[in-house]
Amino acid sequence: MKLVIERRDTSSALVRFLAPVASIAVALAFAGFLLLAAGINPLEAYREILIEAVGSIYGISETLVKATPLILAGLGVSLAFRMQIWNIGAEGQIYIGAMGATWVALFSGLENHWVLMITMFSAAFICGGLWAGIAGFLRARWNVNEVIVTLMMNYIAILLINFLVYGPWRDPQSFNFPLTAQFADAARFANFFDTRLHSGFFLALALALFLYLFMERTVWGYQIKVIGSNAQAARYAGMRTGYAVFWVLFLSGAIAGVAGFSEVAGLQYRLQHGISPGYGYTAIIIAWLARRSAIGVVIVSLLMGILLVGGDSLQMLWQLPIAFVYAFQGLILFFLLGSDFFIQYRLKLIRGIRYG
Amino acid sequence: MVEILLDATVRAGTPILFATLGAILNERAGIINLGIEGLMLIGALAGFAGTFYSGSVFIGVLCAFVAAFVAGSIHAFITVPLRGNQIVSGLALTMFGIGVTALFGRGMVGETIVGLERIALPGLSLLPVIGRPLFEQDILIYTSFILVFLIWFFLYRTRVGLNLRTVGENPAAADTCGISVSLYRFLAVTSGAGLVGVGGAYLSLAMTPMWIENMSAGRGWIAVALVIFSGWSSHRAMFGAYLFGGITAMQLRFQAIGTDISTHILQMLPYIFTILLLVFSTIRLQKGASQQPQGLGLPYDREDRK
Repeated sequence: MKLVIERRDTSSALVRFLAPVASIAVALAFAGFLLLAAGINPLEAYREILIEAVGSIYGISETLVKATPLILAGLGVSLAFRMQIWNIGAEGQIYIGAMGATWVALFSGLENHWVLMITMFSAAFICGGLWAGIAGFLRARWNVNEVIVTLMMNYIAILLINFLVYGPWRDPQSFNFPLTAQFADAARFANFFDTRLHSGFFLALALALFLYLFMERTVWGYQIKVIGSNAQAARYAGMRTGYAVFWVLFLSGAIAGVAGFSEVAGLQYRLQHGISPGYGYTAIIIAWLARRSAIGVVIVSLLMGILLVGGDSLQMLWQLPIAFVYAFQGLILFFLLGSDFFIQYRLKLIRGIRYG
Repeated sequence: MVEILLDATVRAGTPILFATLGAILNERAGIINLGIEGLMLIGALAGFAGTFYSGSVFIGVLCAFVAAFVAGSIHAFITVPLRGNQIVSGLALTMFGIGVTALFGRGMVGETIVGLERIALPGLSLLPVIGRPLFEQDILIYTSFILVFLIWFFLYRTRVGLNLRTVGENPAAADTCGISVSLYRFLAVTSGAGLVGVGGAYLSLAMTPMWIENMSAGRGWIAVALVIFSGWSSHRAMFGAYLFGGITAMQLRFQAIGTDISTHILQMLPYIFTILLLVFSTIRLQKGASQQPQGLGLPYDREDRK
């Protein structure tokens, strides 16, 4: 008897659907062992997460609030994935987008709500886009590894925000806290149902729909997909692949930048340290789990929203560091990668055959 | 003054040096590892906890190596036999490392240990300027000097090293020669990860003898960039790591003497420098013959062999 690995000719739709679901389930089980080892009852923890995140109208609204930046940043990262480009810098792009929107809100002198909204959106879009565009340019011009550049830019972005809120942008009335002044009402999103749910969530949904149409119904979307799957064939077909990398990273960062706009206009009403506690990194997982689909990004972001809301309450209840959520996300990715193997291959027991 | 700066350079460069050497071993076998940052954290925590509970720094370093070795075997398992995406698996490892160390490091926050002590090499340590920076250091720094040589010797002067390089350059050819691609890759990833873990332990045992959540602060990513700068060779990795150590040392010096420049701006320097270095070395790579292992990032499947 011999165990052999055999490549599947076709992978069934059922296996492709079950693989991510099973990965999450196994990751939950594994994370449970980790929690147990750290002295926390995993069943109680999971129950707590569910009750907090979806057990009440307020919980659901909080989950949607958390999902908002995740959807936006996830869409950005996923767009770059389509062209086999790794944007690991959504975290920094969120901060830089927030910086652009904050500048408009505090220093542009605009007062009309809609003018402010559109200008803040554009500022965040352009700032996030240019920030990621640096990596895009370096990749397009000299083929510099975009993974490392986008990641280094995260550290630089966060330090830049610190510089601003500790220095020139600090509110003189903040009693030396590192915060900017609060935005005027005209520079804020509307809230809904007496919760913290704000227009940003609907903006995120609209952008998801827009990107879906962009990818599936426009020439540019088609080109991104072709370049992503086979750059050589794309060039042969007459597509200009050179600066496509720049534009895709620009757009990817721009959308992540909008997440920053949404956070400051909908939730924080000011720029400060920690406006994104790692949304940009979670976005990478979301994009990978969503398998390149904009709709998938929305669904996975909602799931991750549950995890983050639950994680917050675990932090308050048991002083569990919120970074634990990363361990869980890492586990999901590990098992997802493992399950990919079973989508492509199958294990087979062969009896009585001897190979030469 | 120069002596102090050089001393700080070597000390700040050492964790990055270990991490870069580990990453070079990974990539020489053809496996990209973006989990370096996470492995460093795992090494830092395991090293600290090991020292804390045993009272011995040596056991601490050993714990760091073993913990990172084990964590690295997850990456090895996914990328070698399961042929999974190396980039995603590495990112997952980094996230896993950040999360797990935050979870298990809770009890270690605020604890103190006796860190690594300096050992003066008789005679040499009295040399002017370079005496103290190079010859009055702790045991891990001396180990790193030897390791740079050993890795060079291993890769270019031993049979096993040649096999390893072949596996990274052309796994199909290696397979044809009867070299087990899977075994070489698996062991290169895990032992490289172990070295990265020791680099992490240097942070928590020598640089600042305590455990701080997320204390690697991007050094793992700098190491990933330095692998490209080094052209996958150990002595240039040493040069690159000390270059970084130098930047860090100068930045700290600036902060200490107090300048008009904001500390936040000064802290950006190593990251900006990484990007510049990466651009520079990528352009240089393209001009000359590329030193990048040809099989880097590609899973090997015998059935694909042409």
